[in-house]
Amino acid sequence: MSTTLTAPRPYAEDVGGPAQPLLIARDLAKHFRVRGGSKTARVRAVDGVSFTLFKGETLGIVGESGCGKSTLARLVLHLVERDGGELIFDGEPVGAPRGISIAALRRHVQMVFQDSYSSLNPRMPVQDSVAFGPFVHGRKKPDARRVARDMLVKVGLNPDLFGPRYPHELSGGQKQRVNIARALAIEPRMVILDEAVSALDKSVEAQVLNLLRSLKQQFNLTYLFISHDLNVVRYVSDRVLVMYLGRVVELGPSEDIFTNPLHPYTRALLGSRPSMDPTNRIEEPPITGDPPSPIDPPGGCRFHTRCPFAEAVCEAKSPELGAWLERGSHVAACHMLNAGSGHSAAPA
Amino acid sequence: MSQTATLPAGARFDDDLPPALRVRGYWSSVGVRLRHDPATLCFGVIVLLIVLAAIFAPLIAPFDPYKESVVLRLKPFGYRGHPLGTDELGRDLLSRLIYGGRSSLLMGLVPVCIATALGGTLGVIGGFAGRTVNAAIMRTMDVFYAFPSVLLAVAISGAMGGGMANGMAALALVFIPAMCRVAETATAQVRSLDFIEAARATGAGTFTIVRYHVLGNVLGPVFIYASSLVSVSILLASGLSFLGLGVKPPTPDWGLMLSTLRQSIYVAPLSCALPGAAIFVTSICFNLVSDGIRSAMDVRL
Repeated sequence: MSTTLTAPRPYAEDVGGPAQPLLIARDLAKHFRVRGGSKTARVRAVDGVSFTLFKGETLGIVGESGCGKSTLARLVLHLVERDGGELIFDGEPVGAPRGISIAALRRHVQMVFQDSYSSLNPRMPVQDSVAFGPFVHGRKKPDARRVARDMLVKVGLNPDLFGPRYPHELSGGQKQRVNIARALAIEPRMVILDEAVSALDKSVEAQVLNLLRSLKQQFNLTYLFISHDLNVVRYVSDRVLVMYLGRVVELGPSEDIFTNPLHPYTRALLGSRPSMDPTNRIEEPPITGDPPSPIDPPGGCRFHTRCPFAEAVCEAKSPELGAWLERGSHVAACHMLNAGSGHSAAPA
Repeated sequence: MSQTATLPAGARFDDDLPPALRVRGYWSSVGVRLRHDPATLCFGVIVLLIVLAAIFAPLIAPFDPYKESVVLRLKPFGYRGHPLGTDELGRDLLSRLIYGGRSSLLMGLVPVCIATALGGTLGVIGGFAGRTVNAAIMRTMDVFYAFPSVLLAVAISGAMGGGMANGMAALALVFIPAMCRVAETATAQVRSLDFIEAARATGAGTFTIVRYHVLGNVLGPVFIYASSLVSVSILLASGLSFLGLGVKPPTPDWGLMLSTLRQSIYVAPLSCALPGAAIFVTSICFNLVSDGIRSAMDVRL
């Protein structure tokens, strides 16, 4: 016996067929209530986000801190209750009477968190942390542990050396590998990577990114890749979604977004990357000020308070995103792109 | 099938360590750490001796602890074969100390065990459920907190009547709110960590998460607090006995002996100090041993 590794799982559970997007999110919303003063305010963390995730692709989600990226990830997994909108997983509405249950969804979707230490139980050997998922899904304990050890092999950790160790005995990169193994142990179809490599140093980050890439092929995975690091997103993503203050501002194929950004915010975000050319330094900050508070977000276009092209219409009306449901479309929520919006730069 | 996954041919591990650094299983590593902790081992032996002495009291006690003698009252150490002398009714002090360990250890351990089980459960439920459930449990506990613990114990056992069982129940009730608070705090801390969320994301139910991910992290602080309560419990129990609410005379009990010998403090000060010393040594040893076990069980140290 040379190996006990499992073969890549065939697409037996592919209900909707290859053309059906794995996940459709429509107008997702999450408003957190915060208590303070006399009235209760609402943080509009995610406020009407729509996107599609096609089978086998990597969708990158970028945006500043506090724009709602992580809340969006938790909404997809129902770790927080959504306040509005709908989710369709492989053609089946999530949590609806005739759709797929949340428990079933969690068998297909897994998540890797940013903080590799706190996402492992400090008092559990890492192989038991990995084995927990298979155990919950009905495998006997020795069987679950065997799956866990196989998964550790897949992420490049020797199960004899690392399996019985505790999280504090592992380096950050090793812990994140364990977290990836933990997420993959129940054979999900989709993995949400919430800043999964952001806390690692650069050399380890590259290793883990390459690992994620090869695992994706091996297991037929679909990734939702959340990061604030634009270069990393460009490296891994097929398509990119840009968020600002709980809304989608731009969505499109990765190369299109990075070479031809449509939205002023995306342009500013890309302009904030340090230049590799010393003769072409960034002299002026591409964008000034902080994002407004999501507790009382500006009306109309959320970006108008910081946008150099803002006009009256931007304050009055919220721009539409456009045809976000289609695969190759590159869309942005900006009045300058919509004909007849009333913006002076809009096409006629 | 063997437990170890065989590596595929050509598998490379860039994080490999030399095989000398192989890891032990959990309990054997706890054993190794304990073996390297002579202080804990030492105090462990003393605790064991005290417990064994209490269990086998009839076999080792040199005299009948109830046999009084008018002529032999408050005799000094070594007087006529009484190694530690006699008490105010002429009973052999060593025998009474040995027998007294029985009720004192029971009064120390049983209420703490009950309180740990009940208070700990309530605390974990409250801490993990949060919101209204937590508020309901913790505010109820706060009501009990409002009374000084001695007063509460006296009030409860006074209402229920004297006797050892009622005394234990009263003490358990006194300890439950504190135990609950400790468990609740520890649970609430763990609950907000990512690994709980990750466990929820794998589809685990609340009970499974609590069983496998919360309890292990809550047990440490609960355990250390419970062990510190043992000595408090012994002392409170002796207070109850002193007031006639716990163990009844002439049953030998360290707390009761302390209060009855108290009147003879100018006549036989050493004899008076003996039950106190017994309580002191027992509680110190319990604390040190539990502390040692806790650090041996802590995988992070």
